[in-house]
Amino acid sequence: MDATLLEKFDKDNIVVEKLDDLINWSRANSQWYFQFGLACCAIEMMATAAPRHDLERFGAMPRASPRQSDVMIVAGTVTLKMAERVKRLFEQMSDPKYVISMGSCSNSGGPYWQYGYHVLKGVDLVVPVDVYVPGCPPRPEALLQGLLELQKKIKTETPLRKKA
Amino acid sequence: MEEQAIAKSVLETGEMVLNMGPQHPSTHGVLRLKIHTDGEIVSKIEPVIGYLHRCFEKHCEYLSYEQIVPFTDRCDYLASMHMDHAFSIAVEKLLDVELPERVEYIRVIIAELQRIASHLVALGTFGLDVGAITPFTWAIRDRERILDLFEALCGARLLYNYIWPGGVSHDLPPKFVERTLDFLDYFDPQIDEFNNLLSTNKIFIERTGDVGVLPPDVGINFGVTGPSLRGSGVNWDLRKNEPYSIYDKFDFDVPLGKGTMGTIGDTWDRYYVRVLEMRESAKIIRQACAQLPDGDVHEAIPKKIRPAVGEVYGRYESARGDVGFYIISNGKNIPLRVKMRSPAFCNLSVLSEIAEGWMISDVIAILGSLDIVLGEIDR
Amino acid sequence: MTFADIIKFVETKAAGKSSIIEGKEVILVSPNNWVEISTLLKNESKLDFDYLMCISSYDKGDNKTYGAAYNLFSTTINHYLEVRVETEDGTAIPSVTGLWQAADWHEREAFDMMGLQFEGHPNLKRILLSEDWDGYPLRKDYKEPDYYRGMPVPKDKTYWD
Repeated sequence: MDATLLEKFDKDNIVVEKLDDLINWSRANSQWYFQFGLACCAIEMMATAAPRHDLERFGAMPRASPRQSDVMIVAGTVTLKMAERVKRLFEQMSDPKYVISMGSCSNSGGPYWQYGYHVLKGVDLVVPVDVYVPGCPPRPEALLQGLLELQKKIKTETPLRKKA
Repeated sequence: MEEQAIAKSVLETGEMVLNMGPQHPSTHGVLRLKIHTDGEIVSKIEPVIGYLHRCFEKHCEYLSYEQIVPFTDRCDYLASMHMDHAFSIAVEKLLDVELPERVEYIRVIIAELQRIASHLVALGTFGLDVGAITPFTWAIRDRERILDLFEALCGARLLYNYIWPGGVSHDLPPKFVERTLDFLDYFDPQIDEFNNLLSTNKIFIERTGDVGVLPPDVGINFGVTGPSLRGSGVNWDLRKNEPYSIYDKFDFDVPLGKGTMGTIGDTWDRYYVRVLEMRESAKIIRQACAQLPDGDVHEAIPKKIRPAVGEVYGRYESARGDVGFYIISNGKNIPLRVKMRSPAFCNLSVLSEIAEGWMISDVIAILGSLDIVLGEIDR
Repeated sequence: MTFADIIKFVETKAAGKSSIIEGKEVILVSPNNWVEISTLLKNESKLDFDYLMCISSYDKGDNKTYGAAYNLFSTTINHYLEVRVETEDGTAIPSVTGLWQAADWHEREAFDMMGLQFEGHPNLKRILLSEDWDGYPLRKDYKEPDYYRGMPVPKDKTYWD
C-alpha cells in the first residue's frame, strides 16, 4: 500500500491487494511509542515530539504504559540497576512489539564504554533491538529516520503465514 | 455519632506503600519514589536514586582535563554550557590563567542563553506535570530558536563541549549578535503570553499556591540552592554574592518569592522565580552584547593542562543552583579526584521534608517545582 | 573573617583539637575531635557556618588512609572554610547529620563510593549503587566485576579488529 495505491483508486473503484500488505500498512503507520526516556536522549525525543519536528504526523503517539504501546524507544544510558526494569517492561508489552535503540549509550555503551562499571554496554544485551539510531544525542531528524526504517521493516513482514 | 463510631471501626485503613517507579512520565528521569500513603495523603516519601549512575567520577581519574569537559556536559544535560563553564572556572583557578575580555563576555552571553533554555524546559514540563499541555509546546518552540543559535555557534544542539579551560572552542559566527538581539526582541512578549496562559491561570494557582512550603532555614540546612531557595525569599545568588567571571559589571535584579498567590516559599513562588529570571537573563545578554570587545578567543588556551599540586573548590550558579567542583590535582595532566557537587542532589533530599501531609498529585507538583535532572544527581 | 582569624578563634575555644595542613588554607581534624569542632563551627555565633556545601571523599593512594573534605560556608557572615577528617580504613567518622541535614545524603554517597563509615548516621545504606553491589568503586584498587546478576560488565571487544 504505497503511492501507487492512490493511482489505482483514481482508475477503478475496486482495488485488489494482499491482506498481508494491508495489515503491515496499518501497523507501520500507527506505531504508538512507549516513552522510555532515561537521559539526554530523552530530551531529544521530547524535542522530536514537539512542534518543530513533529513525530505525531507519522502516527506515533507517546504512551506511558507498556500495555498500550507498540514500540519501545530506549533513549539514554541503561545502567545495570535499570536493566532489569527495561527487560521487565519489555516483557509486559503485548505482541507485536519492536524496540528502537536511540543514542550511542543504548547502542553499545556510548562514551562510558571504557571505565563505566555500572553501565550496560548496549541495551541489546537484555532486549532484542530492531533499529539502532546512532548519535550522541541523535538529531530529531535522525530519530525520524529511525522510525521510517522501522516502518520499512514492518512492511516486509508476513503476519498471516505461519512461520515454518 | 453512633454511626460514625461503627463506620470507623468497620473501615479500618492501613498504610500502603506506593511505588512511583523508575519509569514514569512525570518523574523527571529515572527516579523512584517509595510513597507511604494513608489513603491519598502521603505520610512518608523515600526517593531512591542511582538508576542513572554513569560513573562520572571514576572516569575523571583516567581522563585528562580537556577530555573531562564532554563528560561534564552529560551530567546536567539541560544546562550543559553551565557545567562546562563551572568546570573551566575551577580548572582556571588551579592554573591561575588570565582570560581575554572577549572570552569572558562570550561565556556570559552563552551562559545566560542557556539559563533561558533550561528554564523553558523546566516551566514546560512543570505545566505538563500538572496537566497543561499547551505551555509545553510553546516553551519547546521558543527553546528551538535558542538551540538554532547554539547550533550556528558550535554545531551541536544539546551537548556542546564548547567552553574549555582557558577559552572557548569557536569564536562567534558572523551576525550572531544580531540574531541574538532579534531573538530577545521576539522573546520578551512571549513571556507575557506564557504568563497569561499558565502563571495567572486559576486552576494552576489552585494546584500550586500554598502547596509544599519550604521554610528558609530548612532550605539552607538541607543545602537547597538556586531558584528553589530564592522562592522562599532567601537572597542567595552566587552571581551577586560571590561574583565570578565578569558578573559584577552587569546590572540585574535577583527575583525572590513573595508569596503573591499563597504562602511565601510555596510551589507557585518557586515556579514564578524562574519566569522572572528569564527576564533578568535577557537584560544581562543585552548589556553584554552592547559591550562585547574584540580579541582572540584561543590565545589563553594552554597546550597541555598540567596544574600545580593542590586542590580547589570552584563554585558556580547554574540553572538549578550551586554547582561545585572539588578537584584534587597531583601535578599530572590527569586529576587525582574530581567531585561534583550537584544542586539537584540537595534539592531532591528536601522532598521528603516538604511533601509530607500532601496528596499524591501534590507530590508531583512539588517535584516539578524543584526542577531536578537525574543526570546530575546520579552522575 | 579570613582563614587566619577563623583558626585563631577556633584555637581559643577548642585548643589543640585541630591543625592546619601546611601550605593550604585547610583545617585537619581527627575523628575523635570532630564532634566538638563541628558543633563549634555551627553553633558559635561568630562563625555561624550554616550551609554545608559538599562532602567529598578521597583516597590518598597508599591503601590505608581515606578522608572526607567538608566545604562549609556561612550565609550570614559570608566566609568559607574547608575541613578535612582523615581516618584509617575501618575507623568510623562521627556523622554531622544532626547539625546539617544536607550531610545525610552526602555521607551515604561517601560510604557507597569510598567505603567510609559514619557513626551515628540514621540510615547508612548504599544510595547510588544497588544494595548487593560488591566493593567500593572510587578506591584506587577497585576492580570491576565480570558479571553482575547475569549481565556482562566489561565491554566485549572480541569483535574489534
